Amino acid sequence: MARVLIRNLNKFYDKDVHAVKDVNLEIRDKEFVVLVGPSGCGKTTTLRMVAGLESISSGEVLIGDTVVNALPPMDRDIAMVFQNYALYPHMSVYDNMAFGLKMRGIDRGEIAKRVQDAAEILGIGELLRRKPRQLSGGQRQRVALGRAIVRHPQVFLFDEPLSNLDAKLRVQMRVELKKLHTRLNTTAVYVTHDQVEAMTLGDRVVVMRNGLVQQVGEPLELYNTPANRFVAGFLGSPAMNFAPVSVQDGNGGLRADNRGFTIDVPAEIGPRLRPYAGRDVILGVRPEDMQVANGSHPPGLCFDAMVEVVERLGSETLLDLQVGEQTMVAAVEPTISAKRGDKLRFAMRPERLHFFDVTSEAAI
Amino acid sequence: MIEGAKWRRWVFFYIPLGIFILWLLFPFYWMLVTSVRPDRELYRPWMAPNYAPFWTNHPTLVHITDLLTQTLFIRWMANTLFIALLSTAISLFCGLLAGYALSRLKFRFAGALGTGIFITYLVPQTLLFIPLADIIRSFQLGDTPWALILTYPTFLIPFCTWLLMGYFKAIPRELEECARIDGATRWKAMLYIIFPIALPGILSAGIFAFTLSWNEFIYALVFLSSAEQKTVSVGVTSELVRGDVFYWGQLMAGALLGSIPVAFIYSFFVEHYVAGLTGSVKG
Repeated sequence: MARVLIRNLNKFYDKDVHAVKDVNLEIRDKEFVVLVGPSGCGKTTTLRMVAGLESISSGEVLIGDTVVNALPPMDRDIAMVFQNYALYPHMSVYDNMAFGLKMRGIDRGEIAKRVQDAAEILGIGELLRRKPRQLSGGQRQRVALGRAIVRHPQVFLFDEPLSNLDAKLRVQMRVELKKLHTRLNTTAVYVTHDQVEAMTLGDRVVVMRNGLVQQVGEPLELYNTPANRFVAGFLGSPAMNFAPVSVQDGNGGLRADNRGFTIDVPAEIGPRLRPYAGRDVILGVRPEDMQVANGSHPPGLCFDAMVEVVERLGSETLLDLQVGEQTMVAAVEPTISAKRGDKLRFAMRPERLHFFDVTSEAAI
Repeated sequence: MIEGAKWRRWVFFYIPLGIFILWLLFPFYWMLVTSVRPDRELYRPWMAPNYAPFWTNHPTLVHITDLLTQTLFIRWMANTLFIALLSTAISLFCGLLAGYALSRLKFRFAGALGTGIFITYLVPQTLLFIPLADIIRSFQLGDTPWALILTYPTFLIPFCTWLLMGYFKAIPRELEECARIDGATRWKAMLYIIFPIALPGILSAGIFAFTLSWNEFIYALVFLSSAEQKTVSVGVTSELVRGDVFYWGQLMAGALLGSIPVAFIYSFFVEHYVAGLTGSVKG
């Protein structure tokens, strides 16, 4: 009932800036969808068009079964949480939360009840008489959330709601948002540039770049089978390593040669990579998919590297490696003791290798 | 505040501040002393042995009572108040709407229009009163309060518009967007969200507009002719100088009483007013 359907959505600014390009997206009822991408990728513009704060250049937005293109924001039955919270500074917390209900002419008893309920859910019951300036960042964030949930809207829109919080609070609020969504069970569209938020919060994640949707899918689907080099590099921290390799027909199978290392192309990727024999492709491998080699690893997937920098994070250790002319990052067990200048032998996990076309950057 | 030794605080803070305050308040003191000084002291030559310019031992209220009973001063005060209040109200109303539109709405020539309004403010009144006099005559408004109520906005509206435009621009756009999602129309969002937040700015614009119209001289001098229509600034200077005789006692009493309402308004709103000029909106 409260699905959001976006059809061929376009946004032009001043005719020559094409901010959102032909976006098609279906956000199912009760689903939590995250739009993620670097700044300027069109994710916020898309959200604002759904909200009605930005005019639609072409295409359609449907909320439920209604085309809302021409509806003003107030008639779309949505609630939005802004990055800077946008609390009304001259009103108390209670009035902030009640404002939307008052505007809709709901009677006072009902307003009081709904505000109390929301305040209880968010744990801000004792703050209702305060003014926004007397609240901490996290409390303001909760009030902004409360203002959205008292309305019982069909769709929640979040525009980078956590990016003004400090790192620790952000993690905490992320978990609370997730719980809140489970509890309220309402369709939500969430915009962020933080890939961790995208991965942890989204039922599905939409990766955007330069106004174009790059890939839509469940978080792990995107992580494990990225559609192109951009998605592969954007999701995951530290980012995926990319190395240009030339594909060569070797004895019994394909080999990928980078001058710094040569590895056997795993058999299951072979058929897809066959047309690229004799040409260059991009090899992508995630830091955690490179392990320090021991005897059990097949020699065809091993290569030598020199350790340049060691970053011990406690739960894992990041090694910046020099591999031929290439630098790569490997995430290894914290028990491995390596120091700058060490020469180590690494093995790549064959089932976790990614290959991308050089020109189109699409996954092969 | 100046840090460090006590003498530094005195030399760099208290003493300069004291001199500055004396400098500013001396004219008011002079007005006060002159308005309570008996005539025989006022016209005493400066080389007389008992000449005391800064003090009087025989204070009298005769100038003030004369001013209030023998002249039209009370009438002038009422005129000025009426004109200043009405022209401030008109200017504030137009300035609010214009300032909001120019700062928030996207429309063609918005920038050019804003600059245009500012340029009209730069045209000196001493030039503008000539064509305005012609207009006043055509509409037969000469020698009525409306001649001023309708011409003061020519410089008050640009002023209010610009002051409020800057203030509205400082209010985060999201506040209004949020209100509109919350169910408010643009008008309601303006009324319930933007205007209350901009209140310090609106008060500043109002106080300034009121002061400017209270003190205005040239239009009042040109457009009003009969004694009972005059405003304080014109009435005091034209009617209290009879022939070539300066009634200094009454003149100074008039100037003193005439400046009281403005001083009163400033002190009343000073907190909001300072916030309006220097303040920003913190969410």
